[in-house]
Amino acid sequence: MSSEPILELVGVSTDIGQYHILRGVDLNVPANTVTMLLGRNGAGKTTTLRSIMGHWRCHEGRIFFDGVDITKMPTAEIARAGIGYVPEHMGIFSDLTVEENMRLAAIQGPIDSARLDWIFGVFPALKTFWRSAAGTLSGGQKQMLSIARAMIEERKLYLIDEPTKGLAPAIVTTMARALNDLKRQGAAILLVEQNFAVAQALGDYSDVMDDGRIVWSGAMSRLSENAELQQKLMGLSLAGS
Amino acid sequence: MTAAPEPTPTIVRPTSSEQIAPYTPLALVVLLICVGYLAIGIPSSWLTLTLSGLAMGMMYFIMATGLTLVFGLMDVINFGHGAFISLGAFVGVTVLLELGVFSESPTLWLNIAAVLLSIAAAMAVCSIAGWGFERLVVRPVYGSHLNQILVTMGGLIIAEQLIIVFWGPEEIYFTRPEMLKGSADLFGATIEKFRLLVVSLGLGMFAMMRWILRQTKIGLIVRAGVEDREMVMALGYRLRLVFIGVFIAGSALAGFGGAIWGMYQEVITAHMGNQAMVLVFIVVIIGGLGSVEGCFLGALMVGLMQNYVGFLAPKFALLSNIGLMVAILIWRPMGMIPVVKAK
Repeated sequence: MSSEPILELVGVSTDIGQYHILRGVDLNVPANTVTMLLGRNGAGKTTTLRSIMGHWRCHEGRIFFDGVDITKMPTAEIARAGIGYVPEHMGIFSDLTVEENMRLAAIQGPIDSARLDWIFGVFPALKTFWRSAAGTLSGGQKQMLSIARAMIEERKLYLIDEPTKGLAPAIVTTMARALNDLKRQGAAILLVEQNFAVAQALGDYSDVMDDGRIVWSGAMSRLSENAELQQKLMGLSLAGS
Repeated sequence: MTAAPEPTPTIVRPTSSEQIAPYTPLALVVLLICVGYLAIGIPSSWLTLTLSGLAMGMMYFIMATGLTLVFGLMDVINFGHGAFISLGAFVGVTVLLELGVFSESPTLWLNIAAVLLSIAAAMAVCSIAGWGFERLVVRPVYGSHLNQILVTMGGLIIAEQLIIVFWGPEEIYFTRPEMLKGSADLFGATIEKFRLLVVSLGLGMFAMMRWILRQTKIGLIVRAGVEDREMVMALGYRLRLVFIGVFIAGSALAGFGGAIWGMYQEVITAHMGNQAMVLVFIVVIIGGLGSVEGCFLGALMVGLMQNYVGFLAPKFALLSNIGLMVAILIWRPMGMIPVVKAK
């Protein structure tokens, strides 16, 4: 990979209860790129993101962010180091309004109005529902809010877990535009995605997981062009897609 | 990807039932007051019972609100909460007796100052005790409800014995400040002056807690933490510090409640907190674990129910509150104002 990695996982192994989920994950996320984390269900993609955030502690291996070892750092410190996290379940606070969700995400102080205007430009629905309880939003709007919340302050790296899952094509397009905007601003993104079309459109690099390990790593274009490789790695058949 | 039309969201006007739903718990309190009027029949007695029931409710609210926050945010079942009620009562009454010049004065504001200083002392001591309790008793058992029940019960027993060591095993009798003794006539009803003070303090406390929870960043963190602790940490907040702060605040509120409960009873014992815990738990469960608004309304209902039934059929006073809890849980299994928890 061309640029220096902003995130580096070296031999990361994580157990959940009696199950070995990650078995020595080696992963690099270069700065200012979108790296897609692909793989079958149960391959360990979500566990990888949760291990990076410190929600589940790895028992082996090291995690470096921006040159600093964050392996044993508390989750709050990891976030404050400059990582925005959008979990698969979105993590929206339903009892809080959209505004309160956003205010809470602005950890460095009041919300920057210019940045908020930009977010409203990307996700106009959030402006409409600004004072509504987040729990009353539709699934797509909740997903927009979860990404907007991560975007409310500048981060060096975004970890985003399946942002397009179950969403209508129009909303997927909006999501893709938002992620492209983030990339243009110089952020790196590690994106777990099941939708290969989205992965192709957004990804610079891809890492494919299987059975708790990275089994393939390289430029997204190489994976996109090789249907046989896709079939072998992920059981994908993209003929005609 | 092909371009797709931009969605144009609109706010749908809620149906009338959706608009009414949030006010249903409040309507229940009003309904209970109306039923009380029909059952009692004598307007002056009903008004007396209603006002004193609301005052009792305020005391339950102050004692219970710390417990509901601790459970909601920290997922800790703290059976030791009663120890802070007892401790608050002893510290509050001790300070009140020390401030004899104030409390025996015929000047109302000096009497109120004595009460407020006693409450402040009770809250301060319970804050420190709460910090120690969280550090030594609760912290090792985070995540295990069974261990929490066993360990905090043990903590309660130790705390009660420590109170006996410091203040002796005998009940302590005392009288309230001069100007807060006796009753006042209010629209034909007779209500103890001290209860009027309690109603003011309770309303003030509720307003302050609502303001903190709704308008401040720390309130936002607490409300969000009740719902999804993991996500709050992922946003960059050190929830451990918030946990400790909430536990200390909860202990201080229990001390506040204990101090006024003690002054109301005019007798204090080491076990008074433990005895109050039955109703405190009923209040917290009725309201919805973690909900301050629910706790407030639940406390008012319990106070009113206890007074009405205590007047009509004294033997059934506690049973009526258990019945109220069962009825509420059948209607809303998570309490009147349930707090959404992340899965």
